Amino acid sequence: MQPDTPKISEKNMTNTSTAANFVNIGERTNVTGSARFKKLIMGGDYATAVEVARQQVENGAQVIDINMDEGLLDAVEAMTTFLNLIAAEPDIARVPIMIDSSKWEVIEAGLKCVSGKPIVNSISMKEGEEQFLEQARKCRDYGAAVVVMAFDETGQADSKERKVEICERAYKVLTADGFAPEDIIFDPNIFAVATGIAEHDRYGLDFLEALTEIKARCPHAKTSGGLSNLSFSFRGNETVRRAMHSVFLYHAIPAGLDMAIVNAGQLDVYDTIDPTLRELCEDVILARHPDAAERLVDLAESYRDTSAREEKEAAEWRSLSVTKRLEYALVKGIDAHVVEDTEEARQSAARPIEVIEGPLMDGMNVVGDLFGSGKMFLPQVVKSARVMKKAVAHLIPFIEAEKEEGAKPKGRIIMATVKGDVHDIGKNIVGVVLQCNGYEVIDLGVMVPWSKILETAKQEQVDIIGLSGLITPSLDEMVTVAEEMQRLEMDIPLLIGGATTSRLHTALKIDTAYEGPVIHVLDASRAVGVASKLLSDTQKDALVHDTADEYQVMRDKRAGAKQSKLLSLEEARAKGFKADFAKKPSAPAKPGVHVFDNWDLADLVEVFDWTPFFRSWELAGNYPAILEDEIVGESARSLKADADAMLEQIISEKWLTAKAVCGFWPCKREGDDLRLDDGTLLPMLRQQVAKSRDRANYSLADFIDPAGDWIGGFGVGIHGIEPHLERFQADTDDYSDILLKALADRFAEALAERLHQHVRTDLWGYAPDEDLTNADLIRETYAGIRPAPGYPACPDHSLKPTLFDLLDAEGNAGLVLTESCAMLPTSAVSGMYFGHPDASYFGVARIGRDQLEDYAARRGMELSVAERWLRPNLD
Amino acid sequence: MSARDQLLHEAAQRILVSDGAFGTQIQNRKLSEEDFAGDLGLKADQKGNNDILALTRPDVIADITRAYLEAGSDIVSTNTFSANVISQADYAAESLVRDINIASARIARELADEFAARDGKPRFVAGAIGPTNKTLSLSPQVEDPGYREITFDYLTGVYLDQADALVEGGADFILIETIFDTLNAKAGIMAVRQLSKKLGRDVPIMLSMTLTDLSGRNLSGHTVEAFWNAVRHANPVTIGLNCSFGADQLRPHVQHLSGVADTLLMVYPNAGLPNELGEYDEQPETTAGLVGEWADNGRVNIIGGCCGSTPDHIAAMAQRVEGVTPRTIPEKITKMRLAGLEPFTIAA
Repeated sequence: MQPDTPKISEKNMTNTSTAANFVNIGERTNVTGSARFKKLIMGGDYATAVEVARQQVENGAQVIDINMDEGLLDAVEAMTTFLNLIAAEPDIARVPIMIDSSKWEVIEAGLKCVSGKPIVNSISMKEGEEQFLEQARKCRDYGAAVVVMAFDETGQADSKERKVEICERAYKVLTADGFAPEDIIFDPNIFAVATGIAEHDRYGLDFLEALTEIKARCPHAKTSGGLSNLSFSFRGNETVRRAMHSVFLYHAIPAGLDMAIVNAGQLDVYDTIDPTLRELCEDVILARHPDAAERLVDLAESYRDTSAREEKEAAEWRSLSVTKRLEYALVKGIDAHVVEDTEEARQSAARPIEVIEGPLMDGMNVVGDLFGSGKMFLPQVVKSARVMKKAVAHLIPFIEAEKEEGAKPKGRIIMATVKGDVHDIGKNIVGVVLQCNGYEVIDLGVMVPWSKILETAKQEQVDIIGLSGLITPSLDEMVTVAEEMQRLEMDIPLLIGGATTSRLHTALKIDTAYEGPVIHVLDASRAVGVASKLLSDTQKDALVHDTADEYQVMRDKRAGAKQSKLLSLEEARAKGFKADFAKKPSAPAKPGVHVFDNWDLADLVEVFDWTPFFRSWELAGNYPAILEDEIVGESARSLKADADAMLEQIISEKWLTAKAVCGFWPCKREGDDLRLDDGTLLPMLRQQVAKSRDRANYSLADFIDPAGDWIGGFGVGIHGIEPHLERFQADTDDYSDILLKALADRFAEALAERLHQHVRTDLWGYAPDEDLTNADLIRETYAGIRPAPGYPACPDHSLKPTLFDLLDAEGNAGLVLTESCAMLPTSAVSGMYFGHPDASYFGVARIGRDQLEDYAARRGMELSVAERWLRPNLD
Repeated sequence: MSARDQLLHEAAQRILVSDGAFGTQIQNRKLSEEDFAGDLGLKADQKGNNDILALTRPDVIADITRAYLEAGSDIVSTNTFSANVISQADYAAESLVRDINIASARIARELADEFAARDGKPRFVAGAIGPTNKTLSLSPQVEDPGYREITFDYLTGVYLDQADALVEGGADFILIETIFDTLNAKAGIMAVRQLSKKLGRDVPIMLSMTLTDLSGRNLSGHTVEAFWNAVRHANPVTIGLNCSFGADQLRPHVQHLSGVADTLLMVYPNAGLPNELGEYDEQPETTAGLVGEWADNGRVNIIGGCCGSTPDHIAAMAQRVEGVTPRTIPEKITKMRLAGLEPFTIAA
C-alpha cells in the first residue's frame, strides 16, 4: 500500500489503507499532561475518560498517546482498565495506540491489552544497552514499534551532537539485533526554550538540526517529539504557546519530523498567526537573536488578554441587505464576512434551514446560472463553493439542534480516484461543482479499492458512482469496478472521468462490463447536466438509451473498421529508424548520479508552462494570449493573480521542497533492448502499424548505438504539500486546495525542464552553448528527449521501478510508486534521457500479439502481466 | 533445508494444496461414545471431543489424513483444533493435552513421510492451534466492557504447551488458525517465539484469520490489512484466511491481503455457506472453480478447505490448480506499518 495524505479524521474518509506523512498523536489521554484527564482517572470516571479519547480521534488524532504515570495511581491497573475499555469502542480503537510510560511494567501491561500494532513510548539506553535490548526484544515479541528516547547512561541528550550520537548508537544496537528499522521512532527530546537561561537558547534549533542528521544516518527510522515541553515557560498563555507550537512544527516537519504528540484540536495555521508574534517565535526557536527570548516574553504579556481586533472599514457592499450581501459574497467568492452574515440571516429566519433554502441557495443559483451561461468559470465557482461550505458549516449545529431534516439533496454521488492512482484535482473540481448544484457528494479520496466504493455505495444508498483516474492502469481498475458492480447486480449509473479516460475506452471496455448505465463525462461543466438527467424521471431514459446507442455505434464501427494493418515484429524491426551514430553525443561530462535536494523554487517559476495550468481549470487557450481573451480573459487574469499571490507565499515561506535526481549510465543497444553496463535491461517497444514507405517504425532503442552509448534517467518531485492541503481542508477551502495542487504540478514540470537543461548544458554537457528562451523550451527546440515510462513512446509504466532503482529515487528524491506505478508525491515527473540529436517523441500505438509475447519474454514477465500493463496498446 | 525454506521452494514452483475438514469426516463415521472414550477412564462423556480420537481411535484420524494425502494434499494439519487446556476442560481431559498433541502430530508425520517416500514430493505437517473459546479483546459481560475472562499471559502459556507438544510430535509448522481475535493470535505468536527460543531454532508460524462479517473484519474488528500489520512480527511463512464464509464471499478480502502481504498466501474456505439444515452442500467442482479463479489471478500460493470440505473437494482443487502459476510474493516495501482496527501505514 502506498502513502496518502492523512485524512482519516474526515467523514467518509475511511480508506482501507490510511497512510500518512505527518502524524498527529493525540495528547489529551495523558494524566501528566491533562489535568482534566487526570481528575477523571483518579476519580474512577472511566466512562468520561473514554470520551476524551473519542474526542481526540474525532479531532483528527491519528494515534492516541495514553499515559497513566501518576504517583498516586496504580498505573498498571489504570492502563489495563483503560485500554480494555477503549478496545470495545470501534470509533476509538480504529487508530493505533501509543502506550506511554516511564515504567516498563506499565508498558508491558499495556502491550498485553492492545490487539493491533501499537507504539511503545518509550525505551532508552538510560540503564545501559543490556536492559535496552531486552525491552526492545520484548516489544518485538509483542509486535510493537518503539519510541527510543535520546537518553544514555550519562543522561538525556541536549546538544545536537549528543542527540545524533545516541540515536545512531541505539539504531546500530537495535538493527544489529534484527529489530526492524521501520519500527524505530527516535525522540530526540524537545526541551523548553525562552527560559531565561542562555544555555537553553539553542534547544529548539538543536532539535531541528538533529532531526535531519538522524534521518540521514538511520534509514527507515522515524522521528517524534512531545511539543508541549517547548513552550513550558509560557504556561497559562495559550495564544503564545499555540503560536510557538505551530511555528515549531512548521520548521520541524521539513527538517524530518514524522510525528508529534500534540493537541490536534489546538494548532494555529502558521499564516494566521500575528506576524509580530510569529517572527518572535521564530527568533526564539531558531535562536536568531541573543535577546529573542526576552522580547517574546515582553510581547507575550500583551496576549494575556487578547480581545477581538477591530474589523477593518466595511467595504461598500457591506451596506447592502443581508440577502444581497450573501449573494454578493457567493458570486464574488468572498469568505471574509460569510459567517457573520449567515448568522444575521439565521437570526431573522424562522428556522436555520430557511437560510440555506432561501438566500444561500438563491445565491448559488445565480452562480449556477452564470456558470451555465459561460459568464463564470471554474476557478470562481470553486471559490463560491468555499463560501457556501463555510455558511453551511455555520448553520449545521443549529439545524441539528432543531433535529430537523437538512435540505434534501438532489441526489447522492460517490466520487473516488481508483486504486493505485493518486491524482485528484479533476475529481475534486467535479465534486465541488456537483455540490454547488445541490448534490451530496461522498468523496472517498484517492487510491480507493473497488470493494470500498461498492460497500459505501450500498450502505449510503447512493444514486450515482463517479470514478476518476489519470494514469493508464486506472483504466483497468475502472473495468474491475464495473465488473464488480455487475457481479453485485447493481443498476445505478457509473460515471467515468479523468485525463486517461476516453469515450472510446468507456464504450469498448467499461460499458460492456456493466449492464447499468455507463457514461463518460468529458469535464466538470458536463457533470451537472449528466447527473441531473440521470436523476430525473423524465430525462433519464433518453440519456441512457442515447448514450448506450452511441457506444454501440462506436463498438460496431470499431469492429467493422479496418484497423490499420500491423507489420510483423520482424518487418517492423527491419523498418526501424537508422540513426547516424557519428552524430551521437559525447560521453557525459559528469557521469554517475546527481542529487538536488532543494532546487530554488523561484528559478522554477521562470520556466513555468502556464497553458496546462489554465487547462486544468477548464479555461481554454494558450498563455499568455489567454489573459486577453475576450471571453475567459477576466477569469484567467483573476486566477493568475491568485496563483501569483500563492506562488509568492510558497516561495517566501518555503511551503514546498523541489527534489531531483538524475544519472547517466553507459549502455548498448541489443535488438530492441537497452542493456546498461551494469546488466540492467530496459526493453523497449516498437511501432508496428504499417506506414507509408519511407517512414520508420520507431523504437526508443533506435536512438542508442549498439557499439556503445549513454543513457540518462531522472526523477523529480515536489514535497511538503500535505500540511498545507490539510490546512485548506480544515478550512473547507477547496479553491486553495486545488490551486496549490495545480501549482505543485507546474513546479514538477518546470523542474523536469530545468533539470533537462542543466543536463544538456552541464552534467551530460553535449550542448554547452545552448541558450533558449522559455518559449523555446516549451516548444522543445533542443537536442535530445526525456520520454517517461507510461507515456506514448514507452507505454509500459512498470519500467518505472527499474528506473527508480537505478536512481535510488526513493532515497535520493523521496519518490515512491504505487502498485499501479503512479508516483508519490503526486506532483512528480520521471523519465529517461536520450541525447541523440535525431531522437524524437513518437507514440508506439497498437502492437501485435507477436511483439507482446516477445516483450514479455524480454521483460521476464508473465504474459498476462505484460498484457495488463500494455492493454491500451493492444486491440 | 529447513521446513520454511523447503515450503518456500515448493511454493515457488506450483500452487500447493493443504487438506480439508476433519469435523465433518469424523461425523460421517457415526462413532459411538465408546469409540471416543476408549479406556481412558475420564470423568466426562467424550462424544464430540474429536481431538481425543488421536488416543482412542488413531486409525480414524489416520484414515482421514491418508484420504487427504491421496487426494493430493501437500500439507496436512493435525487434528488438534481444540487440543488445548481451555477447550479440553469441557471434557475433563486437561491432563491429556500433551498426549493428544504428540499423538496427533505423529500420525500426520508418519503418513506425510510415507507419501513423500512414495513419490519424492515433500509433504508437510502443520500443527493446528485453534483460537479457544475465550477472547482477549472482548468482554463476555455486556454490562462490563472492561472485563476479561482470561489474561494474555495465561493464554500464552496454554498455547506454549500445545505448540511444544505438536513440535515434539513432528509438526513442521505451527498453524494458528481461525483467528477471530487478533490479540489471541498475538498471544499465540508470543508462545511460538518463546518455544523457538527454548528450542534454539526457528519454529515457522502459519497464520490464518477468519472473517465474521462480509465487510472483511474478524470478531475483534480488524480488517485484513490491519491484521497483517499487527502480526507481521511473527515473520509467518504463510498468512491467509480460513473458515469465514464460502470462497465466493471471501474473494475481495483474499485479493486485498494478497496485494499487501509479503509472504505466502494460504486460503482454505468453507465449502460454501451452510444450507437451511446447517449442512454444507457446495459441490467439489464449485469450490474448486472458485478457488481456481484466485489461482488463475495469481492471488494464492496454497489452497485447501475448511468446514464441509471433503477429500473430493481437495482432489478437485488439486486437479484444478495443477499447472497454474503460483502467486509471486510482493516485494517488501519498508514502511512503518501500525494498526488499530484499521491499518495505519506511514510513508517511507
